[in-house]
Amino acid sequence: MDGQSMPAAQGIEGALDRTPAHSARGTYLEVVHSWIVTVDHKKLGILYIAYALVFLLVAGVEAMLIRIQLIRPHNDFVSPFTFNRLFTMHGTTMVFLVGMPILFGFGNYLVPLMIGARDMAFPRLNAFSFWIAAFGGLLLYYSFIGGVGLAGTGSAPDVAWFAYAPLTEKAFSPGHTVDYWAVALLASGIGSIGTAINILATVFCMRCKGMTLLRIPLLPWLYATTSFLVLVAVSPLTACQAMLLIDRYLGGHFFDTQAGGSAILWAHFFWIFGHPEVYVLVLPAFAFANEIIPVFSRKAIFGYPAMVAASVGIGFISLGVWAHHMFTIGLTSFGNAFFTLSTMLVSIPTGIKTFNWLATLWGGKIRFETPMLFSVAFLFQWVIAGLTGIMLSVSAWNWQLHNSYFVVAHFHYVLVGAIVFMIFAALYYWYPKMTGRMLDERLGKWHFWLMVIGFHMTFDFMHFPGLLGMPRQIYTYEPDRGWNTLNFIVSIGGFIQAIAILIFVYNLVHSYFRGEEAGPDPWDAWTLEWATSSPPPSYNFATDPQVASRRPLWDLKHPEDPDSAFE
Amino acid sequence: MATVSIQHGTVEGAWTQPARGTIAMVSLIIAESAIFTIFVVAYLYYIGHDVLGPTPRQVLEVPWFYSICLISSSGSIVLAEHAIEHGRMAAFRLWWAVTILLGITFLFGTGVEWHKLIVHDHLTISTNLFGTTYYSLVGLHASHVVVGLIMMLFVMAFSLAGAVRQEHAYRVKTLALYWHFVDAVWLVVFTVVYVVGR
Repeated sequence: MDGQSMPAAQGIEGALDRTPAHSARGTYLEVVHSWIVTVDHKKLGILYIAYALVFLLVAGVEAMLIRIQLIRPHNDFVSPFTFNRLFTMHGTTMVFLVGMPILFGFGNYLVPLMIGARDMAFPRLNAFSFWIAAFGGLLLYYSFIGGVGLAGTGSAPDVAWFAYAPLTEKAFSPGHTVDYWAVALLASGIGSIGTAINILATVFCMRCKGMTLLRIPLLPWLYATTSFLVLVAVSPLTACQAMLLIDRYLGGHFFDTQAGGSAILWAHFFWIFGHPEVYVLVLPAFAFANEIIPVFSRKAIFGYPAMVAASVGIGFISLGVWAHHMFTIGLTSFGNAFFTLSTMLVSIPTGIKTFNWLATLWGGKIRFETPMLFSVAFLFQWVIAGLTGIMLSVSAWNWQLHNSYFVVAHFHYVLVGAIVFMIFAALYYWYPKMTGRMLDERLGKWHFWLMVIGFHMTFDFMHFPGLLGMPRQIYTYEPDRGWNTLNFIVSIGGFIQAIAILIFVYNLVHSYFRGEEAGPDPWDAWTLEWATSSPPPSYNFATDPQVASRRPLWDLKHPEDPDSAFE
Repeated sequence: MATVSIQHGTVEGAWTQPARGTIAMVSLIIAESAIFTIFVVAYLYYIGHDVLGPTPRQVLEVPWFYSICLISSSGSIVLAEHAIEHGRMAAFRLWWAVTILLGITFLFGTGVEWHKLIVHDHLTISTNLFGTTYYSLVGLHASHVVVGLIMMLFVMAFSLAGAVRQEHAYRVKTLALYWHFVDAVWLVVFTVVYVVGR
């Protein structure tokens, strides 16, 4: 569809360029150079996403190696030392080098477009944040060749992603692997804080004319909440990485138990970061659902103000729940009760969101294209993840299952079942905007169904070895525990997911060259990014847009029945 | 050129949004506050946990003079902000210079204190928990003072070169926000280290 076929609205003043960007393609080196020096939020967004997808494959390979090792008892596919490195690197990579960058990538790309701005508030800070985060990632993986580990046996960090003290102290982790881990997270943390500041300034200061706070699409709202959480949650991580480095390099005693330091303090500090981090990752997933579900249900989102309030509420409540990771460390009975109740409180705003999504679906003309399929699976899996979360929030139950595979299954249900599924939905939904071409729908269906089958084989069945007492982070197990078949199924499910993701990668590459031309607005959507060409010109909007409702493109397409008459 | 307009209806009244510098500086201050909170909590948690000396009571003296210098620099920077807003550039440069001098005096005080602790009392960052938490908390604050001073010296140099004018008041005020934060944090650090911890 070209621009002229869209119905013109009454009282037109502004106009948006629909001419595709004529990018004179230079030599190969010039193209690479333009990507390295870019301060364009769209290019940086794509860089973030590409960087995260590369590390998704790397950490996925690590997960596969873990599952091969655990497919049968007494397996000796990898050594115990390698196994420790694998789960440490898998966890650290997935959280810091996949989750955070891909979500910031979408935020970078979408927030300015959705609020009708030409770029982020601070484009150069944006580029700095990306490159320092990318440097952190490379530093972490450089440890494979540059690090010297425990007694010459390790090269990559092997202290688990939460790196409990005092294992990370110089006495127990000689060599440099923990240093690579700490400095890498410090660097990527600085990048995250920079991006969070940028997103907050963009959402609150760069909105186009008429876009009041209650007319911002839900995605920028949720990104603002996430960014606030990054400020107050990632900063403590930065602080405790600094403390760890002071201990290791300057002979400090923060977490040195022999000199009176406290290992428990590290656990508190880490989880003050660690739990809000889950919400830093899941709020953008909610944000994608908030945009995709209404468009494919052909209805406006149900309960917009309640959605905003619930998101901000989740942000605040998530700051007071961290010690539910520490029930077995031993809290007072008041502490146990407090953190059980505060954790359960999270289910109220998340419940509001879930019911609002269901109410959006209710009575809609639902189109089951790939983004919507992933969103529906997300809804279902998110509810189950929430239910096991409530089980684990009960301190007495938690004492039985702490650090078991039940916990591993629970948080993978959140991270994969909710977040990764919504990331796939977002990639299918916005790929046409970013590249100008649709992803192949048939391959998308294959990707979706294999992913769903593989996911449920792996993570549904992973709960049971946990209930039967299988602890996490063990490199092998005895054959007489009754875990054999379950572990076998879990591993097979993992391989099915790997095949699904390979199909997806093929789809990404294939459709870039051969995909169907998308046009500016392939999904008949309502937010401002679809008012630009695909991909948008570097300046986004030739003239500053003005909006009068939450769905500016609906108003444009339906001048006889604009939203602005009802808001 | 194929164009499509997306404006529907007109927006009444002026369209104002917060200044992006202010929002960004407030965000940075929130993040920095979280970092300081972690170091302050660690300091409070470890008070009295040491088996070996020196203890805070034995070696710390309350730096009244230097603290008053730093806190009053918040006053002088307010006068500087006020001056540049009204275009009184000479007054601006005067109060800006006073602020920088007060900041340098404070930093000098920290240096004197650390010199005494290290040379005379043999307290270093690796001596005991007090040393570890004290040097990292006070040092974190001092490093913020250094960053603030460097930025203010840049503004001073630009101002002397005639490049800072009345229309830059907003940028100067953004920087002043950071300096106020550095001063406010000192109130917390002072209370924790010299009042509660001693």
